[in-house]
Amino acid sequence: MFETTVEVIIICIKVGVAGMVLFSLPIPLTWVERKVAGHIQVRLGPFRVGPHGILQPVADMVKMLLKEDVIPTKADKWLFMLAPIMTMVPAFAVFVAIPVGDKFTLPFIGKDITLYMSDMNVAVVYILAVSGLSIYGIIFGGWASNSKYAVMGGLRSAAQMISYEVAMSFAAVGVVMLSNSLSLVEIVKSQSGGLFHWNFLYLPVGPVWFMIFFIAGLAEVNRIPFDLPEDEGSLAAGYHVEYSGMRFAFFMLAEYIAMVTISVLAVIFFLGGWDDPTGVIPLPPILWFVGKVAAFIYLFMWIRFTLPRYRYDQLMTIGWKILIPVSLVCVLVTGLMRI
Amino acid sequence: MIPVAWPIALGAILFMIGVAGVLLRKNIIVMLMSIELMLNSVNLNLVAFSYHLGDLRGQIFAIFTITVAAAEVSVALGILIALVRNRRVFNADKMDTMRG
Amino acid sequence: MEKVFFLIFAAVAVGSALAVVTLKNPVHSALALIACLLQVASVFVLLRSPFLAVVQVFIYVGAVMVLFLFVVMVLDIRQARMEAFPQKERWFVYAIVPVITVELLTVILGKGFPRLGPGSTEATTVEVLGKALFTEYLFPFEVVSVLLLAAMVGAIIMVKKRWD
Repeated sequence: MFETTVEVIIICIKVGVAGMVLFSLPIPLTWVERKVAGHIQVRLGPFRVGPHGILQPVADMVKMLLKEDVIPTKADKWLFMLAPIMTMVPAFAVFVAIPVGDKFTLPFIGKDITLYMSDMNVAVVYILAVSGLSIYGIIFGGWASNSKYAVMGGLRSAAQMISYEVAMSFAAVGVVMLSNSLSLVEIVKSQSGGLFHWNFLYLPVGPVWFMIFFIAGLAEVNRIPFDLPEDEGSLAAGYHVEYSGMRFAFFMLAEYIAMVTISVLAVIFFLGGWDDPTGVIPLPPILWFVGKVAAFIYLFMWIRFTLPRYRYDQLMTIGWKILIPVSLVCVLVTGLMRI
Repeated sequence: MIPVAWPIALGAILFMIGVAGVLLRKNIIVMLMSIELMLNSVNLNLVAFSYHLGDLRGQIFAIFTITVAAAEVSVALGILIALVRNRRVFNADKMDTMRG
Repeated sequence: MEKVFFLIFAAVAVGSALAVVTLKNPVHSALALIACLLQVASVFVLLRSPFLAVVQVFIYVGAVMVLFLFVVMVLDIRQARMEAFPQKERWFVYAIVPVITVELLTVILGKGFPRLGPGSTEATTVEVLGKALFTEYLFPFEVVSVLLLAAMVGAIIMVKKRWD
């Protein structure tokens, strides 16, 4: 009985920590995103609030909180209020299955604590399934707003997500074939032992799988160059055009967490998770993990402020005529190599 | 431990709700959704027996059912789009061109 | 404990299934169906079939329902909404469906139903499922994949505009 209570308490602490980290993560991320934009496009970026604009996220938050919460007259009221929560819940639920490290022993007590909430034996499918659910917030939000632009955004989002989910699942299949497991912890362990054991460098298919996963991931989280659902050029702001205040902030929060999820998944699937690439640098594994994820997030921002947006038909062509055939060939090659 | 009758009973209730939906509604989209509900309740039966008999076959059949349901939905929605494009009707009762 | 969870999931599932059938707006029906399917997935977890539960969420909730919503939104929804409900002329359905339901439930929950012992507490692993699927059930598997291909080709041809 005592053992179970301790376990329950440990899990509660883990959930609390993960929730707090995820909720506060967008605060530094918005600042970093603006500063990266400023530096890449050779403009100033936020500079007025605090030294080097560091208090800008606080100002943003105050603005979001104080803004009037507008619900359009002809909107479907309940669905309109539900939609932001529906995007946010799956974004958080994904992290139940995500490991950030193996385990460490508490000093003095000698108890092993794992750095993940549960090591599911179907974690890969679970993550793909649950992260796919956040699309509903976008679809319902777009539809409930009762506005042309929002509906168009929701439609585009649905079509885009169905197209790229296939390629993304194929990339996950490739990883599962390389690592022989559906558990994320096992996938990381199968890559341990330095740079050349990583799935990314499993030549010749590793880099191809990585590119497929990365492109599909960009499309899944609606980042430039695939942010057609919220294309401000042709759709005003797409699915969240009618949202303001906190509800809009929820959409943004979900989007940032989705970006973090894709980065974390890329690191776990292809870059060895918390594995030390050289094998000689004595850093704690969790720092390696956070560092890799941070590098990935930077890559996302870099791409956002460098590349132009694709046209919608180009988006579909990339998904159906390039990514899916390439991944089919890749499944074959990987299968032959793993026999 | 859940008694085997409970999930089967749940499956039966969901199935009958699905039947009622197909019979009562005229909107084709909602009728299709009711059919999905029925297929899903069948899966519930298969999984419940698979669990209680310690036999994998139920789960494998459920996987096949899900796949077939996905195929069925894609074809049905394709028919629906073609139909609406040509006739502009959603009401199942109004689709009576074939009636003698 | 498991029984409590099962009852909660079952109650929500039945409630949302009723909502699917009774709500007038197809989009609301779709939302209710999503809720119902998620509850059924949770029941699968209780029945020690985690893989089936995630497959259910992945395929049904993640793909099939998105497709439904896509079609509802592409087609003109305002026309689809016009439907009188409940319908008076279908009185026999109201008479027959409850009778059959009660009948089914008395059979299932009655004495005659086989009392199977509780199954193993171990969840089925994906490995075992995969082995069975690709050895013993290879032929049905291939048939289903051909069926999927046929469905895909059929759907594309039906939706494609006439090419002259």
